[in-house]
Amino acid sequence: MATIAELPPGFAGKVLSAQSTFRSVMDAMARPGSINRIAPVAGTPGAMMRGTAAIALTLFDHDTPLWLDREMAGSSDVVTWLKFHTGAPIVAEPSICGFALIADGGALPALERFALGSNEYPDRSTTVIIQVGDFGAGDTFRLRGPGIDGMASLQARMQPADLFERLQNNETLFPRGIDVVLVADDAIVAIPRTARLVRKES
Amino acid sequence: MYVAVKGGERAIENAHRLLAHERRGERSVPELALEQIAQQLGLAVDRVMTEGSLYDRELAALAIKQARGDMIEAIFLMRAFRATLPRFGSSEPVDTGAMQIHRRISSTFKDIPGGQILGPTFDYTHRLLDAQLADGFVPEEPATAEAAAPATPRVTDFLGRDGLIERSPGAEPDAAVGDLTREPLSFPAERDLRLQNLARGDEGFLLALGYSSQRGYGRNHPFAGEIRFGEVEVEFFAEDAGFAVPLGSIALTECQMVNQFKGSATEAPCFTRGYGLAFGQSERKAMSMALVDRALRARELGEEITAAVQDEEFVMSHSDNVQATGFVEHLKLPHYVDFQSELGLLRKLRKEFADANDVEPLQEAAE
Amino acid sequence: MNAPVYNFAYLDEQTKRMIRRAILKAIAIPGYQVPFASREMPMPYGWGTGGVQVTASILGPDDVLKVIDQGSDDTTNAISIRKFFAKTAGVATTTETAQATVVQTRHRIPETPLKAGQVLVYQVPIPEPLRFLEPRETETRRMHALAEYGLMHVKLYEDIARFGHIATSYAYPVKVNGRYVMDPSPTPKFDNPKMDNSPALQLFGAGREKRIYAIPPYTTVVSLDFEDHPFVPYRHDAPCALCGAENSYLDEIVTDDKGGRMFVCSDTDYCESRQLAGHRGSQNAAPYKERVHG
Repeated sequence: MATIAELPPGFAGKVLSAQSTFRSVMDAMARPGSINRIAPVAGTPGAMMRGTAAIALTLFDHDTPLWLDREMAGSSDVVTWLKFHTGAPIVAEPSICGFALIADGGALPALERFALGSNEYPDRSTTVIIQVGDFGAGDTFRLRGPGIDGMASLQARMQPADLFERLQNNETLFPRGIDVVLVADDAIVAIPRTARLVRKES
Repeated sequence: MYVAVKGGERAIENAHRLLAHERRGERSVPELALEQIAQQLGLAVDRVMTEGSLYDRELAALAIKQARGDMIEAIFLMRAFRATLPRFGSSEPVDTGAMQIHRRISSTFKDIPGGQILGPTFDYTHRLLDAQLADGFVPEEPATAEAAAPATPRVTDFLGRDGLIERSPGAEPDAAVGDLTREPLSFPAERDLRLQNLARGDEGFLLALGYSSQRGYGRNHPFAGEIRFGEVEVEFFAEDAGFAVPLGSIALTECQMVNQFKGSATEAPCFTRGYGLAFGQSERKAMSMALVDRALRARELGEEITAAVQDEEFVMSHSDNVQATGFVEHLKLPHYVDFQSELGLLRKLRKEFADANDVEPLQEAAE
Repeated sequence: MNAPVYNFAYLDEQTKRMIRRAILKAIAIPGYQVPFASREMPMPYGWGTGGVQVTASILGPDDVLKVIDQGSDDTTNAISIRKFFAKTAGVATTTETAQATVVQTRHRIPETPLKAGQVLVYQVPIPEPLRFLEPRETETRRMHALAEYGLMHVKLYEDIARFGHIATSYAYPVKVNGRYVMDPSPTPKFDNPKMDNSPALQLFGAGREKRIYAIPPYTTVVSLDFEDHPFVPYRHDAPCALCGAENSYLDEIVTDDKGGRMFVCSDTDYCESRQLAGHRGSQNAAPYKERVHG
């Protein structure tokens, strides 16, 4: 296991890097399906991508219970880095986490296992951060919903391939639901619970 | 011809300059020193620390000076500063049973172990304006005696030993304590958050609410079980040292009300509690807080909620004078856009009324 | 006594993280009021602390900030807030709507249509549209949970029965994305249509009431009405006396105590840029100029 001194670094300039990263995430959430870049650079322990690391440093702290998938949790570098740089408590139960980090989308748990919020407090729900292969290649998904001018088109190579089918649960649950951020290296795409997959035939 | 008004920035700067001038007052009069405020207006400092939620006599004195004696403004200054302070953790619970007593009275027993200690109090002074104080008065040295240092157990503790009063709830030192300055408040709120809200709450508001409960709006039959004022040690558990280290001592006023009893088929009747705690010597605040705390326990004790003082959402939403003053005073901000949209609507409704009733509307001058 | 040191944009990083998380959830659930642990700010509650906390949490060194109150960049509170951010974040400020990346506002939406990439931050006094019908948070929260908005419709209907119109001229309730009834803050209802399908992101901060909510870009925002009493925006029936605009929201200026009055644009930037472009109203034959007080 890495000592603190050997750990990959956090942001060089904490305050402005966090601000810049947040604006990318906010823009992504406000424009579902659009690809946004994260400029600030931080160390990337284990399987963690640059975008994921920057989001973690920007949004996680003692108040955000964190759930890690098997691949993330299996890396002591990831766990030590997250604890040291963010202080976020890592929990075993996805239904109480504010954020979930998924390195292996193929092993994504059933989405109902995450916190979905209540009808009174739908904000008390998990934001699931899923690392994927690539944007701009692979299958094309058409989305509509708030934040989208007409229809958005997203091309992504990703696991699970049926993510958008699974996310249809958000439609029936609304206003409860989960929000997703896809990360491919330094590029991110947000899929808030309001985003709807447009069927090819329609 | 009309030209748009500009220059608000200069106007603001000049207003603040004038404020500084008025604050200082006549320059030939000596300026107030912070030490004078801290010493000679000590109860004002206590209130500003209590409702400002920050124990620092020097800063509270500065706030009072800066606010020209406006207490709510001074409390606001303390709060705004407090909000920027980093948190290192929470102290260990303080033990008021081990308080270094300056004053301690109980109205429920004639005598109590450790004795009744009047201490510095306005009680029993005749409220006659004292012209001697106007200038150069040198008071007598206080009377002293050999300290006997007897134990001063809390009155509620010996009532509790006989089961005559409910157990002090929540003796769980490891349980998380809420903090309404760090987490958004939601209702129903538990007692930890209610007490925090009341401790920060406006003394006048709590006084009026507590008084209303005495007059029958949510009555709970209070007795002043004990009021004590003195110094307590504050300790912080240092993870690396592995034990609690003392940080210093602070002055506190604690009030434990003994209230009407409860009981049921399964539970022997016993008195209930209302609790008040404030920084410094703030008896009116601590007593009012204890009355309101007890009233707000209506839900927990299965009492019917009929009065404002029992309504936690009402009390907690309106107790904070920094919030209240901000919203009341924001009416000074320009509202001409919404006012005039209302004006437009009103004119239209009046015109329609006049047309429908075939009367001449009161003529507004031609545009 | 140690002089305090303040962070970029005043708020500490932990507070910013908490507010940023609330903003993200607000965007994900359009029109829903996210509770947040509002901090005590160095200006009074009710004077824009919610808007200021939102702005402080999103603002970066490359942003250009515009602050308006009643549509004007030069009202005292707008000046005070603009100076606060110029001082604590060192950001560039502007009065031109088109130049701004972030616009903080109280009571108006600029006349110049907002563009994609811009953020409009509203200062909100009472975020709960049902509050004046039901003062209890526990009750209104339940109504939102069940999308049970009958109370609001009854109120609007009673207005019609009593006055012949919906007697709400500002803070006129809207429904966002077909789900949440939302208070647009005390903007005149004239501005309501600008919220609908806007390319800009709209964020709402209520500091004293500790709520943040949002309308993402390109989101449906409908003013509540009835088929037989449709929503109608209101403006004084006059052109602006300075720039001649026929389509802007107007302030009524009382010019004497004998009933004299005139109407000028409430959006000072809009009015000034029209005057600079050569537009003239009845009271403004001369090129645009301004009077300086102080």
